[in-house]
Amino acid sequence: MHPAASVIFFTTASGAGYGLLFLLGIAGAAGLVPASLAFGLVGFTLAFGLITAGLLASTFHLGRPERAWRALSQWRSSWLSREGVAALVTYAPAGLFALGWVVFGEARGIWGVFGLLGSLGAVATVVCTGMIYASLPTIRQWRQPLTIPVYLTIGLYTGALWMALLSAAFGGAASAFLWLAVLAGLSAAGVKALYWRTIDTEAPVTTSGTATGLGSLGRVRLLDAPTTSQNYVMREMGYRVARKHAMKLRAIAAVIGVAVPVLLLLIAAAVGGGAAVVPVFLAALSGSAGAVVERWLFFAEATHVVTTYYGAEAA
Amino acid sequence: MTMLPATAGTKKLGLVIDLDICVGCHACAVNCKEWNSGGHSAPMTDWNAYSGTESTDGDDDGAWGVWFNRVHTYEVGDGAEGRTVHFPRSCLHCETPACVTVCPTGASYKREEDGIVLVNEDLCIGCKLCSWACAYGAREYDHEDGVMKKCTLCIDRIYNENLEEVDRVPACVSTCPASARHFGDLGDPDSAVSVLVAERGGYDLMPEMGFKPTNKYLPPRPGKTACGSTGAPSRLEQLVAEAADAVPQGKAVPATTGGKMLAWVDAVLSR
Repeated sequence: MHPAASVIFFTTASGAGYGLLFLLGIAGAAGLVPASLAFGLVGFTLAFGLITAGLLASTFHLGRPERAWRALSQWRSSWLSREGVAALVTYAPAGLFALGWVVFGEARGIWGVFGLLGSLGAVATVVCTGMIYASLPTIRQWRQPLTIPVYLTIGLYTGALWMALLSAAFGGAASAFLWLAVLAGLSAAGVKALYWRTIDTEAPVTTSGTATGLGSLGRVRLLDAPTTSQNYVMREMGYRVARKHAMKLRAIAAVIGVAVPVLLLLIAAAVGGGAAVVPVFLAALSGSAGAVVERWLFFAEATHVVTTYYGAEAA
Repeated sequence: MTMLPATAGTKKLGLVIDLDICVGCHACAVNCKEWNSGGHSAPMTDWNAYSGTESTDGDDDGAWGVWFNRVHTYEVGDGAEGRTVHFPRSCLHCETPACVTVCPTGASYKREEDGIVLVNEDLCIGCKLCSWACAYGAREYDHEDGVMKKCTLCIDRIYNENLEEVDRVPACVSTCPASARHFGDLGDPDSAVSVLVAERGGYDLMPEMGFKPTNKYLPPRPGKTACGSTGAPSRLEQLVAEAADAVPQGKAVPATTGGKMLAWVDAVLSR
């Protein structure tokens, strides 16, 4: 599948934003962090900024962005529509929660309830994002039970990195969030490793034989394509990434996405105090970059069954 | 509304494509393009249309455009069992089309009355998700219009009362010089297309996807691996003998009626 830059940015940025919003809701409602103006202002700016920038970016790949509002109408059948509705609905309790925290200096009580509703909305939205991909039988690498866990753990991990930075900078249970980020990073890596193992070992069902229905007559291979140049279907669905590049990129994602950030978080835990902000900030940057590489691979490694009409033996 | 019709209609209009007959001439694809460039889905935009090497809007990957019909050619089997199969591919108007249910705007829909899958281009936001959901590559994005387009089963022909009744079939069917394409109601077990499917063992493409395509494909008939028993050589001998008897060598053609005069005219004109 063609990896569109806007969709990669959207899913990674909003994933991190919702991860952070999820943690702010729980930490605020539980009183784990001070409901201070600085923490709230920077935290919610970051969370809403990432979410909103992501949502706006997702409209950039539309052919008719001015009609984007119509995407809210078909929530009964479409996961893309559900994602849009969930994203918009989540703004309401999360916005009230931010109001209580920043303006009234209170994140618990009724404001805390809004915070928890915001956390719930964050999870629901990320699940909907994952389901857009996990619900497509045409793409074997996406229709996996692990697709949703991958989206959730990476969202939680990247959100936790920024949460760790906030608590290191503005007080609160700093070491708790450091260790949460480490734990989330390791579980994201574990889930993704399992995902890669699954898609590498699972045999594809669709072949050029089932696609044409001619498999019973022998091996089916393309003799003549319909066009001499690349058409839309080939450009969008036929994107190929060389196997060795995929392996290299997986290693890069693992190193800059998890290994380096975890190392930096451990350094931060050892350093402690205000100086910890620097390694945690670098960890957040590195982890986010790793998430982008992972998401690029999520698209580039996905093979669409339509490619079996265009010369692929299986997909 | 991208929910599928609650009660599936009994009428299922679709195509039956005979892979035994198709000669791979691409006439269906060309006439489809021709008709739809002026019809429901117009325009069907082309880029770099006049040259494979020109560059328009920064796109230098050759000539390409929106087509609803694509003809592939496959080599199937090996050695003496090998054969060439021409394979036209278009929207199959599935009974449970994922391209419809994934649509976030309601632009994609399946008609209850005849099962045709359409795109309302006024609602489409061009998110392309339907083209990801389609297993058959039936949907093509028009990046000039910013909307998705697809085969309409020539909805502007099949119900068009301004056309002669014989012409009320999809453009691809009307133009096929080999009659490899058939149009009809596959929901009616007694229709000509349903009978054809039953007789020839018509099948679904990628049944494992579970989209239940309406269009069916008829498999190529078994190839001949030995000389057939049409009796041609012996029949030819007989014909040669009959011809020799009918026109004896060296003799003038006898005049039948009209006397010598006409025979002379006939002989002169025959020179």
